[in-house]
Amino acid sequence: MDTLLQKIATDNGLILSFAVIGLVVLCSGYISRWLTMGRIQGSAIAILIGLALAYVGGRMTGGSKGLADVTYFSGIALMGGNMLRDFAIVATAFEVHPAEAKRAGGIGAIALMIGTVLPFVIGVSVAWAFGYRDAVSLTTIGAGAITYIVGPVTGTAIGATPEVITLSIAAGVFKAILVMVTTPMLADFMRLKTPRSAMVFGGLAGTVSGVSAGLAATDRKLVPYGALVATFHTGIGCLLAPSLLYFVVRALV
Amino acid sequence: MAARDLYASRSARFIRAFASHPPTPISMTIYGTALLAACHILGIFLGELLGRALGVKTNVGGVGIAMLLLIAARYHGHARGWLAAKSEDGVNYWAALYIPVVIAMAMQQNVVKAISGGPMALLAAVLTVAACTFCIAVINRREVIGSGDESPNATRS
Repeated sequence: MDTLLQKIATDNGLILSFAVIGLVVLCSGYISRWLTMGRIQGSAIAILIGLALAYVGGRMTGGSKGLADVTYFSGIALMGGNMLRDFAIVATAFEVHPAEAKRAGGIGAIALMIGTVLPFVIGVSVAWAFGYRDAVSLTTIGAGAITYIVGPVTGTAIGATPEVITLSIAAGVFKAILVMVTTPMLADFMRLKTPRSAMVFGGLAGTVSGVSAGLAATDRKLVPYGALVATFHTGIGCLLAPSLLYFVVRALV
Repeated sequence: MAARDLYASRSARFIRAFASHPPTPISMTIYGTALLAACHILGIFLGELLGRALGVKTNVGGVGIAMLLLIAARYHGHARGWLAAKSEDGVNYWAALYIPVVIAMAMQQNVVKAISGGPMALLAAVLTVAACTFCIAVINRREVIGSGDESPNATRS
């Protein structure tokens, strides 16, 4: 019986994940309405539940893909993977008003630059405070603070040790999760209301996963504007961290 | 030369016929999804090329470029009338699936690794998010005060 269920679950992974996610969304809708009186958005709760399940899944299996490593929920990997995530993000572009996006393009680009350099500087400083003194390790950990993809890409390019690369990924994943969780709480403080403010957010907060989930949990209408800028984040980081930023660190150390 | 003229006039006639009697915009959901997919792939491709050109090992802004392509396609489609409402459903469905997909993404984050990264990873992440939040707040506050009325030619009363 168990193997039969397992076979059905793995053969229909994506379909099963539609049902599972639907159920999670339904539950979070009720939690939002009845437990928080609508103060916390349903999607924010759903994302928190998702992260909690990811922790449980990771603990159960020891894998790296959270709940998706549990055999029954392997379809989650496809549904929440990069391919469908990017596809859905591109689809939201249909809701963009070109005039709004154009008007905020400049400030979005500035935010993108600050959003690359500032996390890097902080990451390097923290690594320094924890006793790292070589330029390669400092740069890799700083790059991890940009996004969890920039960290390993940079580390591999400049020859960092596996432990340092792991640390940089951990910093990046932590950042993405923090952005997911804190954005709805800090939305008022950040004045996250207009398309323009969402583009500034997308540039500065970085990581497509953090920005897309953070905005989804705050205001679905702002998602395409934030994502439009945030999708350049990893590319810019991978461009600057192993080259310009690395040379700067090497000159300073 | 004559042959080319013939060809040109033929294609011109074809385009004129096409423009004066546009085929009924057969509306199907798959057209929208196909348009979305085409923009997605083309955007990723251009992002990949941009990455190569810059000497980076990753895609540079592929998804962003795809979004711009889709915005342009929609604008053009509305202006020329080849994008029908039912075709748009093929895109809107995927846009509506966005939040569920993001929840699925949250479910496969490596939370265990993030937590086991220890105090340094945590501190780097917390300080980064705090500093960026602060920057966003500063920039957005300035924007709101600095440009109270949005469009440049709006008259102040």
